[in-house]
Amino acid sequence: MNELIQLNLSNLTGRKYWRSLNQLADTPEFRQWVEREFPEGASELLDSGSRRTLLKLMAAGFGLAGLTACRRPVEKILPLSKGVEGYVHGRPLHYATAVQACGAATGLIVECNDGRPTKVEGNPRHPFSLGATNAFQQAMILDLYDPDRARQVQKQGVKSGWAQFESWWLEAASKLGDGAGLRILSPRTASPSLDALKAEIAKKYPNSVWVEYDAVNFDRVVEGARLAFGQPLMPQYRFDQADVVVALDCDFLGLDTMTAQPVKQFAARRRPEEGRELNRLYAVEPNFTVTGAMADHRLRARASDIAAVALALARELNVSGAELKVLDGAGGRQKKFLAAVAKDLLAHKGRSLVLAGPRQPAEVHALVALINQALGNLGQTVSYTRPPFAPADSLAAVRQLAGDLAAGRVTVLFALGGNPVYSLPADHNWAELFRKTAAVALAFDENETWKAALWQLPEAHPFEAWGDVRALDGTASIQQPQIQPLFGGRSALEIAALIAGRPQRRGYDIVRSYWTSQWGADAEKKWQQALYEGVIEGTRFPAVEVKADAARVLAAIQPALKAAPAGIETVFYPSWHTFDGRFANNAWMQETPDPMTKLVWDNAALLSPATARRLGVQDGDVLELSAGGRQIHCPAMVLPGHADDSISLQLGFGRAACGRVGRGVGHRVEGLRAEANFWFGPAEVRRTGAKYKLVTTQEHHTLIEPITGLKRNNIVEEFTVEEYRRRAEHGKHEPHPPTDLFPEFDYSKGYQWGMAIDLNACIGCNACMVACTAENNIPVVGKEQVGKGREMHWIRLDRYFSGEEDDPQAVMQPMACVQCEKAPCESVCPVAATAHSPEGINEMAYNRCVGTRYCLNNCPYKVRRFNFLNWNKDVPEIRKMVFNPDVTVRMRGVMEKCNYCVQRIEEKRSQAKAEGRRPIRDGEVLTACQQVCPADAIVFGNINDPESRVAKLKRQARDYAVLEELNTKPRTTYLARLRNPNPELV
Amino acid sequence: MSAPFSKRFDTKLRLAAAAAVAVLGAAGAVAAYVFHPRQLDTGYTPVQPVAYSHKLHAGNLGMDCLYCHTTVTQASYAAVPMTEICMNCHVRVKEKSPKLQAIRDSYATGKPVAWVKVHRLPDYVYFNHRAHVTAGVSCVSCHGRVDQMTEVRQVQPLSMAWCLDCHRNPAPHIRPPELVTKLDWQPEGDPAVLGARLIREKGIHPPDNCSACHR
Repeated sequence: MNELIQLNLSNLTGRKYWRSLNQLADTPEFRQWVEREFPEGASELLDSGSRRTLLKLMAAGFGLAGLTACRRPVEKILPLSKGVEGYVHGRPLHYATAVQACGAATGLIVECNDGRPTKVEGNPRHPFSLGATNAFQQAMILDLYDPDRARQVQKQGVKSGWAQFESWWLEAASKLGDGAGLRILSPRTASPSLDALKAEIAKKYPNSVWVEYDAVNFDRVVEGARLAFGQPLMPQYRFDQADVVVALDCDFLGLDTMTAQPVKQFAARRRPEEGRELNRLYAVEPNFTVTGAMADHRLRARASDIAAVALALARELNVSGAELKVLDGAGGRQKKFLAAVAKDLLAHKGRSLVLAGPRQPAEVHALVALINQALGNLGQTVSYTRPPFAPADSLAAVRQLAGDLAAGRVTVLFALGGNPVYSLPADHNWAELFRKTAAVALAFDENETWKAALWQLPEAHPFEAWGDVRALDGTASIQQPQIQPLFGGRSALEIAALIAGRPQRRGYDIVRSYWTSQWGADAEKKWQQALYEGVIEGTRFPAVEVKADAARVLAAIQPALKAAPAGIETVFYPSWHTFDGRFANNAWMQETPDPMTKLVWDNAALLSPATARRLGVQDGDVLELSAGGRQIHCPAMVLPGHADDSISLQLGFGRAACGRVGRGVGHRVEGLRAEANFWFGPAEVRRTGAKYKLVTTQEHHTLIEPITGLKRNNIVEEFTVEEYRRRAEHGKHEPHPPTDLFPEFDYSKGYQWGMAIDLNACIGCNACMVACTAENNIPVVGKEQVGKGREMHWIRLDRYFSGEEDDPQAVMQPMACVQCEKAPCESVCPVAATAHSPEGINEMAYNRCVGTRYCLNNCPYKVRRFNFLNWNKDVPEIRKMVFNPDVTVRMRGVMEKCNYCVQRIEEKRSQAKAEGRRPIRDGEVLTACQQVCPADAIVFGNINDPESRVAKLKRQARDYAVLEELNTKPRTTYLARLRNPNPELV
Repeated sequence: MSAPFSKRFDTKLRLAAAAAVAVLGAAGAVAAYVFHPRQLDTGYTPVQPVAYSHKLHAGNLGMDCLYCHTTVTQASYAAVPMTEICMNCHVRVKEKSPKLQAIRDSYATGKPVAWVKVHRLPDYVYFNHRAHVTAGVSCVSCHGRVDQMTEVRQVQPLSMAWCLDCHRNPAPHIRPPELVTKLDWQPEGDPAVLGARLIREKGIHPPDNCSACHR
């Protein structure tokens, strides 16, 4: 497979798009994916069974079904004994809350059906959500009902209880004295109530130490501001104010942000309709990230060369006035690139923004701060506030902790949440160190830390516990529980109250008393308002006035900016599946493909085609990577556009102690990650000769005409801003109406639903996929079944490369059922299970479908999904609580696909009718994918209303229909991708 | 070589085949009749945990349907009332009656009374009470004269064909929405004439596409 064939692309005319190197080389494997609806054997029931067995089973099934159907099942109705305020059976309630990851909070609104939280949405009032969420926040709801959660207080694996633990602690606490033997280790938190408790603990045990550590953290960003301005500060970006953005190894649209805010702001500057000039994004990065895919110009560079790039840029901009040294690693192309970038930046003083990623050392962040200052961007596109969490070098703190543990200076160690034993730097054997002391682990699942601890305490899910959290700009929110703890878990806040010896230990009392003491008078009113709005007014931090003496700071940090050694290096990234391991047991996340590699259920060592050729490595070859005397194994995957001599590794896989979903999935790369190469560092690579099967969906559902062999190059439309301007002058290209064999429907009346998807805004972040999974009860099928092409996602994200394999550009295209007006699927269904609604939705009646799959074969967009097996058969009872009650749970043998969230349309219709039969307002019905989209790339509405947003978008000159020549008249159309290239770099 | 089967045999075979078709057809017809929801489901009268009489409450005492089934104008479900609603009256009325022991227990313990569902639709059917009640479809159209039933029984088949009959010709079943709970109400003259007028005035057009009910 995957022979890395060098292609001569010059003989191809026009822009060619490709999804994988296999497609570029047109290998037989790829042809098979295209020409067959499913790969060979995919239609078989199971490995051991055959189609014949299925027929036998079906015959038996029908016989039994006939018998059982005679008896009417008796169903009980269990009304509440006493009413609950505001509750109407069958109508969901929505509560505002907030969750945080890595010290950054996002406001949410959670939908609860009959007391069960079922769907997460963003809180429009929250500055870092603005109504959207990322994929992880969507998937949190599944974690809540994870049957593998920690359920029971245990002492070394023996069943115990909270009362026993509390009395043990009282005994242990009485011997602590000034707390010299007390250590508390927790993830980075930004919680005012917890900060108050920390202060109490520090007062009671003055010699105790509280260490905060996250595998993915923003320490270096804050530290860089300290170097530049003399105080630890958090940069606050305004991407909507920036005409030119330069991202240095910063995936600010992807995983280097925990919130939706940057994407919202950035996408607001990618819409020519709104009259503002398009921004221009330059990305310099080792891995090919979604930010790189959005970039107008992208430069590949190793992570360790970024310092050289930043320094060269500072020199071009004449930041300090003094001559700056230049580091190795600047080639000819890079020089030209940086000269053009510098010119562009200088032309946009005060309206540009340079930023560096959390992997880069503090000195690079300081340098970037100086560049922004020199460009006059401070106070315009970037301002600084105090960080919402206690700034500290967490790596130094955990090094100290390891020393204390090894020396036996620690008597009691609390690990409050997270999974430190798994994720702490590999310099020490943390499991062993934990066993040297009385370790208390508060853990969400029975993870590696749980196994190494003396006391094992189940942690409450954020939807089960009271708390308060600060966003990156300081905005505080109350974390409001949606349900009682399912397994009697407690929150870190409650354990901290126990440590502090507070008499009140319920989360509610802790949070409420903290804020009441802050507010004084009319506290009750403010409390109610905070709960209702999900944001506490007046808690945002003010911007700090900063000014640095650039020359002096530069002189100080320049010696630390080192030239990178030659050779291969490894870079650690959070994963799109598990983030840092915390979502390892979340099947929704595992099955959602990585936006760039399209890998599912795995991580891989990503490397560039050139590096792969040099090492003689192909996809799936297991590599041995070693650094600092440590080795790991990880399968390789070639990613076009990756920087040469660099290997990207994703954290959070290969969990040894994990639930059923995530146990042993992927390869643990944390074993290589020590303090010295915490983010990146040199490594040795060796081929082991072993092979590993990676499953990627990048070739699944490729839209190519199988019969005529036509290469479809009009699936993605892309223009430069200049080309688009010319096109827009001519107005929208309207195709000549072709003759139709089928009678015309009358679509002139009533609501006619349609959708416009803006390829210029979509960053490919997967949030829509997970939101759709949650909304529409979409099953998970597992790695093996995805390998057979049986994934069930109704909306998929197609990632297209164009250009040379070494340095391509990428475009993301969300693809769900496009709701053809002349739907090829409808005309072939023998039982009329898929039919057209008068409002233009291509409907699926599951109860009518007999599973011929003709519709799937006839769908040119390849958006129909078939339930080959009963994916919902062995779903545990608790897991069923996540199901959306408004959508049927499908069984085996049934076809399914996107239906524009018809349940949401019907709900709003019924509501509008009940409210005096008014028309449904524009923007009242939001599809799940639209509502979650942080880029606002998906717009849905009534196309018969010329004033609706979707109708206006569809009148744009860049609106086009995919596979228009088939005359299917899709209701979902796309807005072409625009690029805003710098004329000097074209 | 003689024919393997005689001509008589051929005739017999044809007769037998015809008979088989007839028998199978008849069996099918009988099955279709017997297993039709009209036969299978109408008349279903399960025994309830409390012998609650709609005839007494809704008929003789004249209580409005909405007094107990509070959610019909707000949600898709017509909720069976909370125990609390029973106790609004029964803290004073028949407060010692042994028949109401289950209600008092539920009120005291907070545990629900397990009523047996009478009108049951398949899981893939999403019926919406709010949509129907606010459009002016009376309770009586689907549930019959509940005010005359001591024990509630299903009077309509609730089959898809039965639903569609009304969706395609709603006029006879539409009345002013404020009268939907008046089960004995009859318009002066032909109900279809009034219904047609209301449909015109309010712009009611019941859907008959799949996803109106199946999602």
